[in-house]
Amino acid sequence: MFDAHIVKKDFPILNRLIDGKKNIYMDTAASAQKPLSLIKTLERAYLEEYANVHRGSYWLSETATENYEHARNVAAKFINAPTADSIIFTRSATEGINLVAATYGCANLTSGDEIVLSRAEHHANFVTWQQTALKTGAKIVYFDLDKDGNFVWENFEKSLSGRTKIVAVTAMSNVLGTIFPVERICAAAHNFGAKVLIDACQFAVHKKIDVQKFDCDFLAFSGHKVYGPTGIGVLYGKYDLLKEMPPYQYGGDMIENVSYEKTSFALPPARFEAGTPAIVQAIGLASSLEYLMKFDFNEIEKYEAELISYTSKLLLDIPNLKILGTAHEKGGVFSFAIDGIHPQDLAFILSKEGVAIRTGHFCAQPLVNALGYTSLARASLGIYTTKEDVDDFVSALVKAKFFFEND
Amino acid sequence: MSIESLIDDFSFLDDWEDRYKYLIELGSQLPHFNDAQKVDQWKISGCQSQVWIIPHFNQHTLSFQGDSDAIIVRGIIAVVLTIFNDKSAQEILDIDVEEIFDKMGLKEHITPNRRSGMLSMVEKIKFYAREALVK
Repeated sequence: MFDAHIVKKDFPILNRLIDGKKNIYMDTAASAQKPLSLIKTLERAYLEEYANVHRGSYWLSETATENYEHARNVAAKFINAPTADSIIFTRSATEGINLVAATYGCANLTSGDEIVLSRAEHHANFVTWQQTALKTGAKIVYFDLDKDGNFVWENFEKSLSGRTKIVAVTAMSNVLGTIFPVERICAAAHNFGAKVLIDACQFAVHKKIDVQKFDCDFLAFSGHKVYGPTGIGVLYGKYDLLKEMPPYQYGGDMIENVSYEKTSFALPPARFEAGTPAIVQAIGLASSLEYLMKFDFNEIEKYEAELISYTSKLLLDIPNLKILGTAHEKGGVFSFAIDGIHPQDLAFILSKEGVAIRTGHFCAQPLVNALGYTSLARASLGIYTTKEDVDDFVSALVKAKFFFEND
Repeated sequence: MSIESLIDDFSFLDDWEDRYKYLIELGSQLPHFNDAQKVDQWKISGCQSQVWIIPHFNQHTLSFQGDSDAIIVRGIIAVVLTIFNDKSAQEILDIDVEEIFDKMGLKEHITPNRRSGMLSMVEKIKFYAREALVK
């Protein structure tokens, strides 16, 4: 049986005190905390098995290369990719999306083409396409969610046409928590001959990714949100598409043959990994993915569904508190506003109680503004979040509210 | 009110609740900006709350007005204005804000937290001071 109390023991930082108070970490959606197994893996990689990869024919380099390429296999397994060659290690999910926009996007988009985005995309999957549209003359077509944050199939369908070249959507909104029906989205987009990029940053820690079942063309997620290191992301692409794409950056490790006159480029994934990669971060990512894969995702989902309804109920008991995003299908993020209290003020007080929440526009400024706010508060759940954490968070919230209302 | 007496006041408050309450009280004395003042030109870019600072270039000194939509932040603005108002450009540039905030037990608000806007507020004021020097 999945037990968050036991899971929590794997995360040393959650057991430290914050200024004498219990550490109530409710900002996992911004970045997840790290299991001890990852920290040990990073230590071993640097202490015992470190050298550059893909070059030296000596033991350390061979071992580091083996570990790095093993990480690719683990990432492939995590998302059920048909081959590890379709896994590109990037710096972040942001870089993965930029890579697709700059290579596939710029090579295939022309004036009159359309890029379909939801209105709930965060900046990584929004600004990137906005700027690509400006460069290529393509047009962005947005589709709306309903006022509760539900995905509305008809709205999405209406945005598709013969001019649609790319559909780029999140699998789970970082503001509203809405889960998108990615499998249906891919099928519908493919009927119009469009390619689909899935931003799986939030989805990756809440539900099982299966790129073959989704049938998405590209999918990106970041390491630090899946309990892995910062500075590493994964971009999946269908291999036949990757093979046709021009390089993203130039340099070492991505070439096949170089002369003073010309260069031929390596096959993917090497073609898209110019320079020395984030070796230890990739190895660390694999460690965290292996840690996650030890759990039964169905049990994680079941526990999370329970915790979501528990949290919603407690939050909705607080007068004048509004939750933004109450879709039927939602993951563990709660954006909320309390009448008369600015989220920034709230966060100051919560911080003193040891509670970490995010405030601001969560790098999804157009969406937060469209909801009628310049700033919101957000609490998010992880696999280590217990009901007691939620209780502590909610009582800190009540205390903060009292503080401001009796000022 | 002088900054010395502010530091003095804060030294009598030993817990954060009282310090925040005092900040809120200081902030409540700041006049609210009207819509014509709440414009992008005066906005300090920051992710978490909206902050506006308007500079006034006097003959030998600078003075500032400020506002925010968050009440604790308004208190911090009040402290910042007490520190910098009616000082010469060179005096403004020479002030070590971190040290003053440290003395008040508010240092966490002026450390380079990710775009919290507090430090940007001070940087913008110092920018106006440098601008005054080259004018």
